[in-house]
Amino acid sequence: MAKFLDLASAVEEMVHDGDVLAMEGFTHLIPFAAGHEIIRQKRRDLTLIRMTPDLIYDQMIGMGCASKLIFSWGGNPGVGSTHRIRDAVENQWPRPLAIEEHSHAAMANAYEAGAANLPFAMLRGYIGVDLPKVNPQIRKITCPYTGEELATVPAIRPDVGIVHALRADREGNVLLEGITGCQKEVVLASKRTIVTVEEVVDDLRASSPNSVILPSWTVGAVVVVPGGSHPSYAHGYYKRDNSFYIAWDKVSRERDTFLAWMEENVMSKGPDAFAVHANGGAA
Amino acid sequence: MSLSYKPNEMMTIAAARALRNDDVCFVGIGAPSAACNLARLTHAPQITLIYESGTIATKPNVLPLSIGDGELCDTALTTVSVPEMFRYWLQGGRMTVGFLGGAQIDRFANLNTTVVGDYHNPKVRLPGGGGAPEIATNCREIFIIMAMGKRAFVDKLPFITSMGHGPTGRERRALGVASKGPTRLITDYCIFEPDPETQEMTVVSIHPGATREEIIENCGWTPTFAASVAETRAPDALELEVLRDIQARTKAAHGG
Repeated sequence: MAKFLDLASAVEEMVHDGDVLAMEGFTHLIPFAAGHEIIRQKRRDLTLIRMTPDLIYDQMIGMGCASKLIFSWGGNPGVGSTHRIRDAVENQWPRPLAIEEHSHAAMANAYEAGAANLPFAMLRGYIGVDLPKVNPQIRKITCPYTGEELATVPAIRPDVGIVHALRADREGNVLLEGITGCQKEVVLASKRTIVTVEEVVDDLRASSPNSVILPSWTVGAVVVVPGGSHPSYAHGYYKRDNSFYIAWDKVSRERDTFLAWMEENVMSKGPDAFAVHANGGAA
Repeated sequence: MSLSYKPNEMMTIAAARALRNDDVCFVGIGAPSAACNLARLTHAPQITLIYESGTIATKPNVLPLSIGDGELCDTALTTVSVPEMFRYWLQGGRMTVGFLGGAQIDRFANLNTTVVGDYHNPKVRLPGGGGAPEIATNCREIFIIMAMGKRAFVDKLPFITSMGHGPTGRERRALGVASKGPTRLITDYCIFEPDPETQEMTVVSIHPGATREEIIENCGWTPTFAASVAETRAPDALELEVLRDIQARTKAAHGG
């Protein structure tokens, strides 16, 4: 059964230096509050996995938490670059960052293989492109039935998986609706998991018997953090803060403005700072 | 009386016209998204637009900033998980067309969105491929929308993120890929289509007011012109009005 913890305790217990950590949420439900807590606790040498590193990994990498990034699209969506990731890759600031780069299809398949307890994923992909030349983890297999050559990538089996969900009930069962990305797969593929939620309720109010529900016994820790995915969003709670994503371009472009922002908004704050966003998009 | 419009508007409108009412289209973010929604709001109301976040048959009222804005899910027929999107719907062969943009393109419509300079010691690190490598081979055909310029239209790509017709135009068939690849490249000056023999992207239509000299000037290779080059039909009043309306709504929505 999932344990209900506060965010600082959950990160302290579940996330260790050197861990392989996946924090998913495909644009929707990105677990920003948990990322900020990891930054505050100064975790180091993490291998960070996300299809779209987004601002959450821009912040964590800029604050020196990671030594490796596994990803498939590393920009600020619709805006431009993730400047802190670029600074780490191009100038090794604040520390060198190894990268392992895939396509979205390969990473989605790799998460699914992890959840399915398989050693690798296969796909009809990476045809005629250069990524397999620079990523030795992308290999090939021949179909034993047809002889077709297919691409393979290793399954993703993180030490820790962290996602944000809409709500949990009092037993710790967790509900996801809307754009569900790879979150179910990440939770089922990871050794340890933290799920932050908007609220805890008596009744999950799933809108369909096919809503994505993670049973309590598949989840390590449940943490209530209202607004915890801002500037990403939570379906039915608040909208994506697109103006924040646009503004981040300027904040993150230079090291000093970035560090000042992190000091003011992350290092000297706690998870309760997210509450102000919890009903921001409800109107 | 002729209407006044910007080259960028001509590009988006020409791109929208390429889409058909019965298309099932995998939509890239940015310029492709504007073109696809313009098509939906004008001549192709039944078009199925699909974004890689899992949203199927979505009808956004404002253009999404990201590939996974809530607007896409709220207005979709259904939303599936990302693994399902890539496995069942894209790899499953359901898409008639994929609509892509890119940072750099070559004469065979191969795209680079990964890196400028050496991969391991990059001059400029770009976002990477995202969905594009598999979109490029698993959709029945590919449309590309990109503004011209010598840094974007290059003689040789430093990195192939997604395959067009391959480095020599022959690789697609050699690799056993059955889909057509890029059949149309829409720019702010003209429209390219692949030559049936060489697969080189060839100018088949020039936008009103643009010249061959400008196209040559803004292309990093010496572009080939088809034997018969048409003039692109100028935007009509409805196309411009719908495009400007959705862009105004989008700007108001994203301004915060």
